[in-house]
Amino acid sequence: LGRVPVAVRLRATWFSGKMRPMEYRVAQLEALGRFLDEKKQDILEATAADMGRVRGGLGTGGPHAEFTEILLCKNELHETLNNLSRWMKDKHVDKNLVTQLDSAFIRKDPYGVVLIIAPWNYPIYIILVPLIGAIAAGNCVIVKPSEMTKNSERLVAEALPSYLDNDCFAVVTAGVQETTRLLENKFDYIFFTGSPSVGRIVMAAAAKHLTPVTLELGGKNPCYVSDTCDVQNVARRVAWGRFYNAGQTCIAPEYVLCSVEMREKLLPALHKAITDFYGPKPQESPDFGRMVGDKHFQRVQTLLRSGRAVIGGQTDEKDRYIAPTVLVDVQPSDPIMQEEIFGPVLPIVTVANVDEAIDFINSRERPLVVYAFSSDDKVVNQVLERTSSGGFCGNDTLMHVTLTSLPFGGIGNSGMGMQHGKFTFDTFTHHRGCLHRGMGREALIALRYPPYSQQKLGLVRAAAGRVGPWWLVVAPRSRLWGERG
Amino acid sequence: MERMQQVVGRARAAFNSGRCRSLEFRMQQLKALERMVQEKEKEILAAIKADLHKCGHNAYSHEILGVLGELALAMDKLPSWAAPQPVKKNLLTMRDEAYICPEPLGVVLIIGAWNYPFVLVMQPLVGAIAAGNAVVVKPSEISENTARLVADLLPQYLDRELYPVVTGGVPETTALLTQRFDHILYTGNSTVGKIVMAAAAKHLTPVTLELGGKSPCYIDTDCDLAVACRRITWGKYMNCGQTCIAPDYILCDPSIQSKVVENIKVTLQEFYGEDVKSSPDYERIINKHHFKRILGLLEGQKIAHGGESDEASCFIAPTILTDVSAESKVMEEEIFGPVLPIVTVKSVDEAIEFINRREKPLALYVFSNNKKLIKRVISETSSGGFTGNDVIMHFFLSTLPFGGVGNSGMGAYHGKHSFETFSHRRACLIKDLKMEGTNKLRYPPGSQKKVDWAKFFLLKRFNKTRIGLIALALLGIVAAVVIKVSSGSLLSV
Repeated sequence: LGRVPVAVRLRATWFSGKMRPMEYRVAQLEALGRFLDEKKQDILEATAADMGRVRGGLGTGGPHAEFTEILLCKNELHETLNNLSRWMKDKHVDKNLVTQLDSAFIRKDPYGVVLIIAPWNYPIYIILVPLIGAIAAGNCVIVKPSEMTKNSERLVAEALPSYLDNDCFAVVTAGVQETTRLLENKFDYIFFTGSPSVGRIVMAAAAKHLTPVTLELGGKNPCYVSDTCDVQNVARRVAWGRFYNAGQTCIAPEYVLCSVEMREKLLPALHKAITDFYGPKPQESPDFGRMVGDKHFQRVQTLLRSGRAVIGGQTDEKDRYIAPTVLVDVQPSDPIMQEEIFGPVLPIVTVANVDEAIDFINSRERPLVVYAFSSDDKVVNQVLERTSSGGFCGNDTLMHVTLTSLPFGGIGNSGMGMQHGKFTFDTFTHHRGCLHRGMGREALIALRYPPYSQQKLGLVRAAAGRVGPWWLVVAPRSRLWGERG
Repeated sequence: MERMQQVVGRARAAFNSGRCRSLEFRMQQLKALERMVQEKEKEILAAIKADLHKCGHNAYSHEILGVLGELALAMDKLPSWAAPQPVKKNLLTMRDEAYICPEPLGVVLIIGAWNYPFVLVMQPLVGAIAAGNAVVVKPSEISENTARLVADLLPQYLDRELYPVVTGGVPETTALLTQRFDHILYTGNSTVGKIVMAAAAKHLTPVTLELGGKSPCYIDTDCDLAVACRRITWGKYMNCGQTCIAPDYILCDPSIQSKVVENIKVTLQEFYGEDVKSSPDYERIINKHHFKRILGLLEGQKIAHGGESDEASCFIAPTILTDVSAESKVMEEEIFGPVLPIVTVKSVDEAIEFINRREKPLALYVFSNNKKLIKRVISETSSGGFTGNDVIMHFFLSTLPFGGVGNSGMGAYHGKHSFETFSHRRACLIKDLKMEGTNKLRYPPGSQKKVDWAKFFLLKRFNKTRIGLIALALLGIVAAVVIKVSSGSLLSV
């Protein structure tokens, strides 16, 4: 499998400009829509086989796979197709006095040949969202699906190229070593989703070619639960977010911060929620997933040693099954509080009050998302205002990613850049400042030419002083012509 | 190394204290900065003159005016830039609050360059302060007078812990880069740009790199040559060619090459007189190293005009080279000096192909009366920015993002773009803790019915007429009721 020839072929297409017209991009995006429709069963089966989502009574893989791998992708596709012509248009900008009679606009240029490296936890969704944006923005795209989810990897490698134009699109399958070699090539943009440690490696490789990057990483997403709240609703929403996909979600609540009193109320409520969701034997529920691989199973199993399991705690190595588990008496220094769990285990750490919770959150790396639950708006706002994170969701978990008008991305250790909706399009677009002037009015321009007499400088200062210097730099049309802002 | 740790540590502690979050505080600092520029104008102009032999007019227009403009803009717009921005919601989030909250990144590092030593630290600084960050400022040591002045002045006007200035050369910058920042904005060359990004990668620090390259300037046969050449002459030889967006080289048809040379010569005479060396408006090369580098580029070239130099004063006369070969040394690296090569091409197609074979430049210029031709060049090439029928000017319009692409850099700033570069756009969704009904459709146990409802809520698109919205709301209530009823019946199975 020639990796270099793939990049070479795509770059040759790039120079042809084939993928730039809107009609071409729309055709590719519509083809992706057909992929999602025609290959739906294959997608659900592949992800079920990879993530251990057992065949359920009402369709393979269970409804959750359909929600993330199909529905959320379609959501992005619709949003993109409905808005593409508007997103692609030159954006005309307000002009200053000097450029009033010129044409000034931001041109949306594609970058060129871009690389998308995808993780294993939502194998189709996390490839498709950036892919949609990259194609919409007019780039040629190389996709590298995760080697951990073999069925999805095969599906992507075999099926996607039959829907998309192979002059502009390629799938590269690669393990760690080959990915390292792949990264030695020059790309015009790299979009990586995965762990912070690999994120560093990707950015270091990108630095060699001055390739801009978006890194969607992870961390430990804190979940503060205040004393004033509807405990059962909180428990349901937190349990749903934590145990979705057996905890293998970058935005899952990783740990709960609450008072001792709240913990006592939360535990039975969590127990009820888990039982309502997965029944008395979660291992038999078609809706509860498995650890993606043996190494991950063992990693999470080891983390169970922290604290004390009051709900769940059972494991089954052959099945790579870890029960939905809630741990108490967890110390901040315990191993489970040092790394992203990425499994169906929810530690509860007790704090005296919201201030202590905020201090706790701020003493750690900035996460991908901060969650806060309270019926008191003020408490939710306090947590929002006094912490920093990629995103924030009050009184629920995970839901902020279903809104394509919100940017999805990290900060600090949880990443850089953003995606979803128009933000993906913008990520894969070079926003090029363009000024198109006329050749006339040379007399007006003469002020800028040497020789510089005291008089000329005086005129420049006077002009600046009279209208205020910022009018020389920018004067919105509305102000100049008295229109409404 | 320890000193750097202390400086950055103090800035981080100051940031964590929260005092630079309030808009009042930021405005106060911006106002102080404005006072500094106004009160110390003489000193600033003198420092720039000492570093680059730049006359008052140029220094004022290029370095002071722009900063004052950015300051005034930031102070005027800050409340609207910093305000949370509500976003369009979908059916699932109809009753919720959804908005984007711009937040400071933390402690940012600004590394300046020597060619416009004041504006290249000040302009990013304005944006970084406006966005609520702590800022470590590292002016270029090569423009030593301006560096020293900035180090003296900033602590006199701004919060000393939040906005420290670090001076020094390569060892100090290297030590600084081992510290952890939340954003680094670097202006300089691609080689060091790679080093900065590699250092940033260790801490997962996002970067804005304002680099350079060879900005091509295509002159069409259909254009007013006198006007075109005057504008090009201004942009090329300002600051003695030491401008990242100077037109680096010309591409034109061989039939107009000699006319181009003639027009530039005439303009040079108008601008700088007979004896360029004695014109107070002509700058000097920054130092001996660059002086020698630029002279080296002249070897083996056909000098149509200029070529004179004087090492003692680092003077190089405005120079034009003709019939330059694409493979020669002067066409390899960014010239960053008063040497203008002309490379002949037979057509705009050849020009476009020539440009696309090379690294993406920071700026691209085209002169033509033919609007369609200009549009075509824009569409078939890539560059950081573009100006048609002039040079440099896109830099001065702050509503245009200023930055590079590919080898010429990544990220952008100026005006609101600076604020956005130094901000984190945090997605915020605040839901109601009640209204659990609609949530039930997403909870396990799963069912096809639930999937179908999810499809409906997520994917159905309605016209935004008033009737449509009311229908939507009613539908939402109906759905919630239906699900409550149906989930009740499911549980009883």
